[in-house]
Amino acid sequence: MSVTLYVPRDAVALGLGANKVARALFASAERRGLDVTIVRTGSRGLFWLEPMVEVGTPEGRVAYGPVTVKDVDALLDAGLATGGDHPLRLGDPEKIPYLARQQRLTFHRCGVVDPVSVDDYRTHGGYRGLEAALRLDAEGIVAAVRDSGLRGRGGAGFPAGIKWNTVMLAKADQKYVVCNADEGDSGTFADRMMMEGDPFNLIEGMTIAGMATGATRGYIYLRSEYPQAFATLKEAIANGVTAGVLGDNILGSGKSFHLEVRLGAGAYICGEETSLLESLEGKRGIVRAKPPIPALKGFLGKPTLVNNVMTFTAVPWILENGARAYADYGMGRSLGTLPIQLAGNVKHGGLIEMAFGITLRQVIEDFGGGTRSGRPVRAVQVGGPLGAYFPDHLLDTPLDYEAMAAKKGLVGHGGIVVFDDTVDMAAQARFAFEFCATESCGKCTPCRIGATRGVETMDKVIAGIRPEANLKLVEDLCEVMTDGSLCAMGGLTPMPVMSALTHFPEDFRRASDLPAAAE
Amino acid sequence: MARHEPWSAERATGIIAGHTHLEGATLPILHALQETFGYVDSGAVPLIADALNLSRAEVHGCITFYHDFRAHPAGRHEVKLCRAEACQAMGSDELHREILGRLGCGWHETTADGGATVEPVYCLGLCANGPAALVDGEPVAHLTADALEAALAEVRQ
Repeated sequence: MSVTLYVPRDAVALGLGANKVARALFASAERRGLDVTIVRTGSRGLFWLEPMVEVGTPEGRVAYGPVTVKDVDALLDAGLATGGDHPLRLGDPEKIPYLARQQRLTFHRCGVVDPVSVDDYRTHGGYRGLEAALRLDAEGIVAAVRDSGLRGRGGAGFPAGIKWNTVMLAKADQKYVVCNADEGDSGTFADRMMMEGDPFNLIEGMTIAGMATGATRGYIYLRSEYPQAFATLKEAIANGVTAGVLGDNILGSGKSFHLEVRLGAGAYICGEETSLLESLEGKRGIVRAKPPIPALKGFLGKPTLVNNVMTFTAVPWILENGARAYADYGMGRSLGTLPIQLAGNVKHGGLIEMAFGITLRQVIEDFGGGTRSGRPVRAVQVGGPLGAYFPDHLLDTPLDYEAMAAKKGLVGHGGIVVFDDTVDMAAQARFAFEFCATESCGKCTPCRIGATRGVETMDKVIAGIRPEANLKLVEDLCEVMTDGSLCAMGGLTPMPVMSALTHFPEDFRRASDLPAAAE
Repeated sequence: MARHEPWSAERATGIIAGHTHLEGATLPILHALQETFGYVDSGAVPLIADALNLSRAEVHGCITFYHDFRAHPAGRHEVKLCRAEACQAMGSDELHREILGRLGCGWHETTADGGATVEPVYCLGLCANGPAALVDGEPVAHLTADALEAALAEVRQ
């Protein structure tokens, strides 16, 4: 009898030895005369359990993890092939509380399917969204996106329907759909997981966007730090063309959409949509002044719809299940689900897809299980390197665009990075400036020069040189950067700096306290 | 065995010609050149400029803007260490000091035996399992100085 084993090829699983585990499983099964097929899936995002191996049984899948090479023989001895008992046995993966209590709309296939198989994708409900879209006209598709309340998941939170409508109404001989897959925020990996684990969800979302806007060409601009995602996307796109879900006459509709994946070259600023377009055109990734907006004058000067991976991948579900069903999740003006990424110093880090409105504390305590170091949580950075550091008393803030903004924070791309009590917040504030200085495109003065002066001034603060006067200077710099920068890179760098200063002032006056304490 | 070919203008011209049909061909060309030769030789600038009808300044400006492209050959293997916040929260700063100490080189530098070049990166998307690294493009999670040595030994085989 043939047995199917599922071993992730997600970058985290690979980083923890998944390839070696797959090879050992195959070799050990062969020695036993066991006929096994190994399917390389993405990850379900329960990263402390990776590599998590699943086996198909008549009663459904049974998971084991984290599996190392030295566990393989014992697992097969214990009857892994039939879901047998073993200390690493986790049972039905979908009943693991971490996963069971989530609301997975966008990620429901990730970790389940063979990422590069069109057939497997369709078996698990794929392309129903595009089929629904093909029964509508462009206005109908855009109306569904608008009515779902979907806002750009890349960070800015701009209503997707308005953007789609603008591109749809633009008149041009050629329009483009561009996916911003330059997920550079520290603490974020939802895009990577999706592209490695369920790339057809992205391809389907972009194809629907093509149908809605009249764009026949699309690009995925992917950061070069994700070589596994690059390989998976290229393979999936090639398979999609062969299967007739990409290219000309998609699903026999007479409509065409051509998709290509392009690699960035290590520049955080290219996650800003106008820098991204410059880079895609083959130039330095320097931000453009807006207007004109990319929806009217984007790639090569043509109307271009630019959305993030998570925005596009929400769309197939919306088209399949209806705008209303999506809008029923969430709170206030933040509707639908947010793929939250829990990372940093945390015991149970992973991908948590939940309706907007869950609080930071619920994410960190209910899912995270405390710090990996075992020490108390001290600071939590939300929304990437441009997001605020929150202290304990702000952790009851719900993840909602407006609620986070009211606490001078941001949702960003949904990344949450936990720090324990050994963190030095003055060093973190200095790093925010240093990162901005390294990654600034250099076009506008507040960002280019402000960040460098910020590092110098923070160095003086840390050295205890006139801390009060220099902190005043830091505040001034932050004000200039906030008000005067051309894009979010310079404009939001003050957020981590000022939040660290506001909520953890004791870390900024340590050096100056030392001589006083010695007296 | 060397991973890269020695620089050849003729070979580069062929690679460039294979990409000129693309919209915005510069980055795909630069990636292909670096993949082949291990770096982007300054001799490529006029070749790309001619093929894409750009000024040499535009091509030079593009190459120098991006962290990935290097002007000189690197070591036989490439180590990218994540310096971003999620890895910092797991003690990456201290770990990097230990690693650089053991390798005897600094950021962007190559070990004395030419075995490895170390580059900083800001996020590899392995943030729930940091500290993290890429060794010749292969991810390493829960990085330690010993784990990095093991990963380097593996790619050297």
